Amino acid sequence: MTLPISARPRRIRLNGEARMALLAVLPALAILGLFTVFPIFYSGYLSLQDWNGFDPESSWVGLQNYVDWFQSPVFWHSLSVTAAYVVGLTVLSLVGGLAVALLLNSGVRGVTLYRVLYFIPVVTATVAAATVWRYLLDPGSGLVNTVLRDLGIQGPNWLSDPTWALPAVILVGVWKRVGFNMVIFLAGLQTIPRVYYEAAMVDGATSWERFRHITLPLLSPTTLLVAIMTLIDAFLVFDVVFVMSNGTGGPVGSTEVLGFLLWREAFRYFNLGDASAIGWILFLIVLAVTLVQWRLFGRTARSGV
Amino acid sequence: MNSSTMTWDSHEAETRFSLSRWLPRRWYLHLVLIAGALVMIAPLLWMLTLSLKPARLTYSPPYLIPTTFEWSNYVQAWEAAPFARYYLNTAIMAGGVTLGQLLLGSLAAYAFARLTFPGRNLLFLAVLGTMMLPFQVLLIPSYLIVKDLGWLNSFSGLIIPRMVSAFGIFLLRQHYLSIPKELDEAALIDGASRFGVWWRIILPLSRPALATLAIFAFLFAWNDFLWPLIVTDKPDMRTIQLGLVMFQGRYGTNWTLLMAGTVTATVPTIIAFLLGQRQFIESIALSGVKE
Repeated sequence: MTLPISARPRRIRLNGEARMALLAVLPALAILGLFTVFPIFYSGYLSLQDWNGFDPESSWVGLQNYVDWFQSPVFWHSLSVTAAYVVGLTVLSLVGGLAVALLLNSGVRGVTLYRVLYFIPVVTATVAAATVWRYLLDPGSGLVNTVLRDLGIQGPNWLSDPTWALPAVILVGVWKRVGFNMVIFLAGLQTIPRVYYEAAMVDGATSWERFRHITLPLLSPTTLLVAIMTLIDAFLVFDVVFVMSNGTGGPVGSTEVLGFLLWREAFRYFNLGDASAIGWILFLIVLAVTLVQWRLFGRTARSGV
Repeated sequence: MNSSTMTWDSHEAETRFSLSRWLPRRWYLHLVLIAGALVMIAPLLWMLTLSLKPARLTYSPPYLIPTTFEWSNYVQAWEAAPFARYYLNTAIMAGGVTLGQLLLGSLAAYAFARLTFPGRNLLFLAVLGTMMLPFQVLLIPSYLIVKDLGWLNSFSGLIIPRMVSAFGIFLLRQHYLSIPKELDEAALIDGASRFGVWWRIILPLSRPALATLAIFAFLFAWNDFLWPLIVTDKPDMRTIQLGLVMFQGRYGTNWTLLMAGTVTATVPTIIAFLLGQRQFIESIALSGVKE
């Protein structure tokens, strides 16, 4: 009551501001909290339980679910399938994305149109894309083998051959990813000052030398970012595998990535504890990749400029 | 700087003389780019061509452009499976998710960008942190929560858990920071409430960012497969992506009908993308450059 009159409205307005702010963030935070933050802890807790999701009680098993996985050939097989997918997808979609970006950055006309065309697979639903690709990869009359036959090559039975099913899934993954990586590479390329190239041309550098000594080093932060984003998405792959293998992860488990293993363990076998342990293993892998990213970015930031 | 521009000019002048050498290089680039673009587009053209073929020509030599127009495939596909229902379900789900992400995201972004309140920076960091959590890890708990709430096989279960995107809050907040604060202050002095500032100033000025987020949210929801697969099992709650997979299970080799269904499921996303492609692609490009 002894407050100077001039101070009072200011105080009331601040309170109003904070109240409005809390009202504004509360709905978003509540949903994020319930469906993102709480689940990460809940899934950690579940991974230490043995539970089928129906019994009223779950039983505490400590780290047993993790120990079981580490002793199971199914897990190591799935990890190696995932690793092969991750490496194949990351390498091919990075090289492809960079190649297209370099072509588009060379001053050709129609960049906007090309960009749209290369980007369309990114926005096509995975289910639809994988369905068409199943037809294109039909061993007898699919387009892929027809083209190969014209070239004098006998194409494999792609999706029913354990050797070729995973490469086929990677192929579709790359087809869907190249456009996305290209867009980021192109933006990165456009930040490299022209002056460097002009100077190098004055010094008589060949186009390969310019690429090797100007483009690659100056593009490395972008390359790293694209690599890490692709890597993380590749570790979590599920849809393509599910549709292309008809929900089996086959043939003979040859496309059984960790994301698929998690789904099957939880929603086919109802081992929620085991499935959550896979989830946490995936989470820890992604976390490790992210931490490496921060470290590397920290370093380029320090050494850069 | 000046001298290098001059050498650049003189270099260009030099190449003008060897036009014959310059032209083929360009043509070659376009050839490679067009070939690549064909590989990107061919599967989709294929989808369309095959969906318009009579069934007996399913395995006949392929054409990229439709040569037959068997529109009855579409009618048959829509009769063989409740595609109209799938469409409606997906439209409601994608619409709900998009509206939710716009409304809740922009309110939260406004608070984070403009208002001071205790714990603001910490909360914003926490929101950003959630972007790191892979969806697979959250899958089982989210399913159990939705089940406990009695939301399985309901639009609440399909929509509410995806109604907030941390990325969306981040995108909008960055945009709001670029709107001059003087506009808010002028409106406040004129007697507008904080809510009024958000509604009358921030929202109208952030239309491009809202449009970008809307396309992201719509495409994400429309194309989503895993979440609807988990939270619905009744046929009349299926989304279009689930419907396609079920349809494949039953009419696996009936490719012309299957492709008619696939085209139906794909058209809305292609339209949404083409409508906002510039802003959409540019916001992805920006996320890369800014680190």
